[in-house]
Order: sequence, then C-alpha cells, then structure tokens
Amino acid sequence: MSDALLKIEHLTRYFDVSKPWLNRVLEREEKQFLTAVADVSFEIKRGETFALVGESGSGKSTIAKMVVGLLGASEGTIDFDGHRMTGTAGAEMRELRRRFQMIFQDPFASLNPRWRVGDIIAEPIHTFGLMKGADVTNRVGELLDTVGLSAKDAEKFPHEFSGGQRQRIAIARALSSKPEFIVCDEPTSALDVSVQAQILNLMKDLQDEMGLTYLFISHDLSVVRHMANRIGVLYLGRLVEVADGKRLFSEPQHPYTRMLLDAVPDLALSGRRRKPVEGEIPNPINPPPGCAFHPRCPLAMPRCKVEAPHRVDTATGYAACFALETQPA
Amino acid sequence: MTDALLSVRNLRVEFPTRRGILTAIDDVSFDIMPGEVLGVVGESGAGKSLTGAAIIGLLEPPGRIAAGEILLKGQRIDNLDAEAMRRIRGKRIGMVFQDPLTSLNPLYTVAQQLIETIRTHADISEAEARSRAVALLDRVGIPAAARRIDDYPHHFSGGMRQRVVIALALCAEPELVIADEPTTALDVSVQSQIIDLIKEICAERGAAVMLITHDMGVIAETADRVAVLYAGRLAEIGPVREVITAAEHPYTAGLMGSIPTLTQDNARLVQIPGAMPRLNAIPQGCAFNPRCDRAFDRCFKDRPDPLDRGNGRKVACWLFDEVGAAAKEKANV
Repeated sequence: MSDALLKIEHLTRYFDVSKPWLNRVLEREEKQFLTAVADVSFEIKRGETFALVGESGSGKSTIAKMVVGLLGASEGTIDFDGHRMTGTAGAEMRELRRRFQMIFQDPFASLNPRWRVGDIIAEPIHTFGLMKGADVTNRVGELLDTVGLSAKDAEKFPHEFSGGQRQRIAIARALSSKPEFIVCDEPTSALDVSVQAQILNLMKDLQDEMGLTYLFISHDLSVVRHMANRIGVLYLGRLVEVADGKRLFSEPQHPYTRMLLDAVPDLALSGRRRKPVEGEIPNPINPPPGCAFHPRCPLAMPRCKVEAPHRVDTATGYAACFALETQPA
Repeated sequence: MTDALLSVRNLRVEFPTRRGILTAIDDVSFDIMPGEVLGVVGESGAGKSLTGAAIIGLLEPPGRIAAGEILLKGQRIDNLDAEAMRRIRGKRIGMVFQDPLTSLNPLYTVAQQLIETIRTHADISEAEARSRAVALLDRVGIPAAARRIDDYPHHFSGGMRQRVVIALALCAEPELVIADEPTTALDVSVQSQIIDLIKEICAERGAAVMLITHDMGVIAETADRVAVLYAGRLAEIGPVREVITAAEHPYTAGLMGSIPTLTQDNARLVQIPGAMPRLNAIPQGCAFNPRCDRAFDRCFKDRPDPLDRGNGRKVACWLFDEVGAAAKEKANV
C-alpha cells in the first residue's frame, strides 16, 4: 500500500545468550540463542496509531528499538516511507532519523539530570542543525507551551518536576525535530492513573494537531483500546493477531487474545465469570515447537505441536492460528 | 462497630524531618469485618502502603504512629512492644508484598522458609510441618509440590513465587492478610490467577483481606468495600459497586473517569488537573481543593471529616454537608 509510513517484513531478532566460550567447551554445550522477535510483519499507515500489546518477554520493546534503530535486526526489513532502513547508514539514515522519535517508559531515567530542560529539548534541534541562536530558545518555549508547561520551565532541571511533567518534557523533546512518526514505549506505565489520563489526552491532541503517526507499545489493554486504531498482539516474539482497534475487543480471533481479554480485571462490574487462565509464558530460549501458544491453548490440535501457523485473514484483520484456518470462511 | 476484626481509629503517621514534621497519614479511620475484602486505593504517595505498614508494625523509622489507635478484635496492637508484635505478625496478620523476589530469602529453599514459619507459630514436629507445607503449596496451585518444595526461590517464575509468598502468608492461618500490591509485578494473565487465588483461599479460611493496590480494576473484581485515600486522608469509603458506579467525592469521580475501560467509548478521558500535593505543601482545608472543579470557599478554610452517607458509605467532602451545600448555593446565586 502506498499510504504505509512504516512497513515491517519478516523482522526477526536473536540474542546470543550462550555461556562464555570456555564453559561451553568444558560443559559441552551448544551456543544458545534467545529469539526475542520472530518473523513479525505489519505496516503502519500515515496518521494512525498502531499499538503492540503483549506480556513481558513478548518482544514489544525489542521491536520498538529496532524500528528507531537502537538495535539492529537479525533478519527482515524495515521500510520507513519507502526508504529501506535496515542496512542504511550515514547521511541518508541521518535524514530519516530526524523524522522519527521515541518516548520512553521511565521519565526519571530518560532525561539527563545534569542538563537543564531547555537544553534537553533543544538537543535534537542542534543535532539536526534545524535552527540557531534565539530561534532555538523561542522554539523550546513554544514546545513547552504545547505540552502544557510554561516557557520559564526551560531554566529548571528535571528533578524539579513530577513524573507526569517529566513525561511532558520527554514529549516536547520528541517533538522538537518535527518528526512524523513517534515510537512510544509504555509512555504511561510509570505514571499514576490521573496523570496517565493527562498524558494520553495530550498525545491524542498532538496527533490531531500535527498529524503524527504513533507506534504505541503497552501491556495495558484498556489504554491500548483507548489510543489505537489498529492493534497487534504479540506472544513470545510472534505476532499472533492484528485487528482494528475496537473490534479486537468485541471480536477477538486468536485464542491468546481471548485469554488475555478474559484476564483483564475491568471496572465495568459486569459480573462476568472469567475463564481461569492456564499456565504461564514459556521460556523464550526453548519455546515450544509449532505454535508457541499450544501448551496453553484450549483449541490446540496435533498439528499445532509440529507446524508453525501462517497468517490467515480474519473478519477484523489477520491472525496466525490453525483453528481459524479450519473454520469455514 | 464492635464486631470488627480490625479497627483503625484516627490513625496519624508522621515523619519528623529536619524541615519539620511530615504527616503522611492524617486522621484515617476504617474497619475491616471478619472475612471481608477491603480494597485500599490511591495514587502513589497517598499513604496506602504506609497504612498497611502501620497496622502490621513495620513502619520504617523515623516514621511513627503519632496519634490514633489500631485494634485487632478489640485489643490495641499499635502500642505493643516488639516481641508481642512479632507474635501477632505472621500468626494473626499475614502479609503479601509486591515483589515476590525480595520477600523470599534467596539462600533458603522454599521448604526451609515455610517450615520455619509454621514451626514459629505452631508447636509441631518438622515432619508434620513439612507435610503441612506441601499441602499448602499444593493448595496455592504449585504443580508437583512435594518435589518443588526443595527448590530455591530462583527456580520459580514470578507468578509461582507470588504463590509461594501467599502460602507463606497463610501458613499460620492468620485472621487478616494484608496484601500490598500483590499483582503489580506480574503480567495480566498471571495477575488474574493470583487475584482469584487470594480471593478463594481467604474465603475458604475465613481470613479478611486488606488489598492495597493502585489498580481500580483489581479492586472492582475482588473487594467488598473500598477505601479511597488522597494525600494521606480518607476521601471516600463504601461498598465497591456504589463507589465505582456512583462516586460521590469529586476525586473518586475524577479517578474513575480517568481510567480507560474495555467497554466504553470516550474520545477523551476525564482529566484531573495538576498532581497530588507533596506532603510538605498540603493546602489548608480540603487537600483536594486546588484540583477540584466544585470547590467553594468552605473547602479552602475547613478540612472536611468523613460524613456518613448511609449504607456504610462515608465521604469527606463539604458538598455533602447540608450546611456546605446551602453555602454553595448561596455563593452561586
């Protein structure tokens, strides 16, 4: 599709978690690899919010880091606005880098405590040589204003701000290079609910004003439902389902998505009987063969234990599950 | 009420510092009935965990209970000496902490930790204690309990560790279990298992639970009653269904509206402006007044006490005081 801003195909990332060479020789062990992300493909359209959800160890943050180039991909490709990013370096990559930014989870760790807020926000402007002199100060003031702080706050240090205000500073920094695409890695999970609501509202407002595209990563399904146009569900580094935002919740297709939705405690007090969730996430170093979810899956068939399922189209998007394949279309 | 299992009366916890005394918990009162699950919610710094720590006598110095009393079945426990408190802790009040890795000793096997705890509180032989420990692990859902009991905590996954901690908290059959954010460190699919387990096992043994969490969803599904804390003060307490569906305190109402849900469609979340005040800058009158859109002059002068609203509900807000409501109408005219 031509309107895809980010296109990811067969993205895979291994981490070498082997013991040191001498131990391997003495203990006669093979090298060990942890597959954090396995064969993930999806695209994000211009102006939409695409969310990735999953439990810990499902590879959410690894994908985020690969998208912004903080980690290399082991296999697969990432295309940003038609430019191949995997393997690109130098000046071309630099120009691409200006166009996407990242907001991190912990606003206490992502801001340099020795820098003034004004310098933190101005850094991307200087790095990409966008402005000089007094223009920079004005722009920083404007940005602080946009995120709901005051231009005077540029003189202060990060420790003078609360968690929510720091996350606003992080957003201002992300906006300063005028990006089109922002990767948000759990932007509100370190914040209290009332502050979380402020930040989520701010992010939505900014998207409406500036036409931003978000890759939104979270483990909180209700936050994701509130923010996203389309949602991808990850399990053990595999993308099990992609669906339109609200329909993922009304018509979950993949058995893992259903299990996840059943497990979320909800405020609605609907009195629904939750299906007890079985088991825990297996070790990613030795994931189960076939479909990674089969040991916990209520619909597992003999085929699931040997073969990895391929992507099938569903009413709401697509999913990777044999049980969906056998159903009459 | 006299038949309460635990009564907290006008509890006040202070931290003396060089710059003056910080009041972290200010005049908080509530009861827990036998077998009841009381949820305690609030944002960080609201005093949730400190309330739990004060009850079980684990306030970190220089923090101290400055006023008020805590009664367990009518007996005061806030002024006991360390030895007497130690006998209550574990035996009559069990505790489940947030992080299962730090609440288990990594150098001892699960069996050693469970047997030690059981034998501290009950006069039985080691073999008997061991069989009781195995039964308990089995009950909290650890597969092959008889074999896994000799494993060390690091052999267990996060969810399994939290099950061990629950077994530890319950091994002396306490009347009250204080669970401080028991599921915060866990993934959602495991979280629901642990919540169900706490609920079930406490109902089975008739133990009351004080469930401290910041997650309203967990409270909604687990608790019978809920207490909402704000800046160390009780904002609202009442049956969980009523507090969630028809919150009366403006803070509770804002808090409920700010949580995205799985069923409703709101373009925007309700936004409470500002943040909770720091302990050294709590405003005069109602602590919520700078952020409250319904505040009127009385809120800036006098601090509201929890007003009885019937059906076990209490709300600390002048809007529900007849005099206050009248004054507000006057101000509006």
